Amino acid sequence: MEEWILNTIVRGIALGTPLLWAALGEVYAERSGVVNLGVEGMMVLGAFAAFALAQATGLPYLGLLLAAGAGALAALLHAFVVITLRANQYVSGLALTMFGLGLSALLGRRWEGLPLLSTLPEISLLTYGGLALAAMLWGVLYHTRWGIIIRSAGEAPAAVDTMGLNVFLVRYLAVVFGGALAGVGGGLLSVAYRPSWTEGMTVGLGWIAIAIAIFASWDPLRAVAGAFLFGALFHLSFRLQTWIAPEPLQMMPFAVTILVLALVTRRGGAAQGMPEALGVPYVRGES
Amino acid sequence: MRLGPLVFERRSAPPWSWTLVVSLVAVAIALAMAGVIFWSHGVSPLRAYGVIFSGTLFNARALPEIVRNAIPLLLAGVGLVLAFRALFWNIGAEGQILLGATAATWVALFSPIPDRVKLPAMFIAGFIGGAVWGVIPALLKLRFAVNEVISTLMMNYIALYLVSGLVHGPWKGPEMRGFAFTNAFPDTARIPMIADTRIHWPTLLLGLALAAGVAYLLARTRAGFEIRVQGENPEAARYAGIDPLRTTLLVMVIAGGAAGLAGVGEVGGIHHRLLDPTQISLGFGYAAIIVAWLARGSPLAAIGTALFLGLIFASGDVMRVALQMPARVTDVFNGLILFCLIGSERALYWRVRWAPGRAGPVPTRAEAVASETPGGDQ
Repeated sequence: MEEWILNTIVRGIALGTPLLWAALGEVYAERSGVVNLGVEGMMVLGAFAAFALAQATGLPYLGLLLAAGAGALAALLHAFVVITLRANQYVSGLALTMFGLGLSALLGRRWEGLPLLSTLPEISLLTYGGLALAAMLWGVLYHTRWGIIIRSAGEAPAAVDTMGLNVFLVRYLAVVFGGALAGVGGGLLSVAYRPSWTEGMTVGLGWIAIAIAIFASWDPLRAVAGAFLFGALFHLSFRLQTWIAPEPLQMMPFAVTILVLALVTRRGGAAQGMPEALGVPYVRGES
Repeated sequence: MRLGPLVFERRSAPPWSWTLVVSLVAVAIALAMAGVIFWSHGVSPLRAYGVIFSGTLFNARALPEIVRNAIPLLLAGVGLVLAFRALFWNIGAEGQILLGATAATWVALFSPIPDRVKLPAMFIAGFIGGAVWGVIPALLKLRFAVNEVISTLMMNYIALYLVSGLVHGPWKGPEMRGFAFTNAFPDTARIPMIADTRIHWPTLLLGLALAAGVAYLLARTRAGFEIRVQGENPEAARYAGIDPLRTTLLVMVIAGGAAGLAGVGEVGGIHHRLLDPTQISLGFGYAAIIVAWLARGSPLAAIGTALFLGLIFASGDVMRVALQMPARVTDVFNGLILFCLIGSERALYWRVRWAPGRAGPVPTRAEAVASETPGGDQ
């Protein structure tokens, strides 16, 4: 029994790691005022990029670097459409998810089912790196000038503009940074958690990462708890399949997400700590 | 702003012809970008589009396939037009389709409903199934402030595993040895088709009627007026005493129910059984978002845009078979088209005028001042 619990915790942390990286990215993007619903798409692109390069070179860390690049590039597309062209952020994020799933399936065809010779352990440097990153991002967000600027871009963009700082640039950087983290999160799935590549292998984890950002109240440290809890929940949904039919268990993380959101947000009306200007394009001269 | 003989001016309400031009240009850009992706995949874009066009638009036998794919897209798309008009971001049409399919399957295989009324009962049950799945996120939003984008998406995954669980478990048909299907529907539970096609015409008629009905609702009724006010100016709606819960529930009963009908059509008209959820809906629920967005809030325009997306899905089949591409290739198109559509939105509010008469790009002093005043061009 003890071994069983320990195993659940370890595996929960293993799957929580990719969730954590992706959720931290979303926290920063949303703190700057931009919703990016394309996490699923950026993760799956990252998963493919990491696998392809790790497969070719035998260097999983190099693969993860490419995954970060792929995620960042995908996020740049979203940033251009919603920040410069001021399009609807929800719809653009959905478009990014569709595009990422489609593109990775198309390009990844030749890699389906290939083995990966050199992989990372489930709990790797990136797990500790994720924890350190969360602490660092928390410190930056609440205790540095940069953090104030990012938060202000999400709360009162006009004020940032008045300070003579470029709101658009701040938002671009936050969104692209968030994309890079989501890419790494996806890459961790394909070179560490389950070293393989199949199309659509993110199976909804990207959406869970977005939900984690929300019920962590956009706080990097709370996202750690959320990510590992959901990692454990996902692991349990595999683990309990010995006794219970798999499908009700697979539903569980998604149902729990709705429940938790309902519990967390019912207090203030809107989700607590939601950036004031979240989802609102910034237009100079309008306030 | 002047570019050679062309003058660019701001305007507030674009006429439909300009909307059409901008939309077509956006779609063309998306197709060009998809061409680049094909090229990087090692397929010449010219050959790809050649194969697609000869396999769909220029193939009399393939034309009905466009309509076949347009049926679920129309039903779900009209529902989304309505939901988006009320500013309810229903991303859950996929799950609502699956619930409709599930409810219809229950009627077809497991209910004591007499054969004569089985088909109508399937449609009614499917509507209710989809509506229930649509109402839950509406209640979650208005009672618990849960963001509907997240909740509708989560409901999609729950619906997916629900159907998957049913066809692998309690509903797995003993006649289907090994496959995760239910038994085939009896003949009385199969929706009639137009001969030699896969067009189940009763569902198509329902879709057309729904488009007309929703257009009437929005334009001519009190409830429709309340929905429009709610969507265009929530603040004003509150002052006018419009109950957001009531309008949102109404919208989501119709939108969810319509998607449910699409699910009935898929299992009752095409597959004649409940099967793996990814085979019941090939992403129609997500593509319906594009149908609605392209239709720019007009339920009747959704008929045209559903046909266009039907063409994309039919093209996906052609590419899968003729070019050995994965089924998800339609997602590449869908994603790019959606990006280009929303990215081009702002171009709608510009007017391009052909004015070669006035020589030189030098504006008069008054014009120069007007165009440089911040906010003056809004």
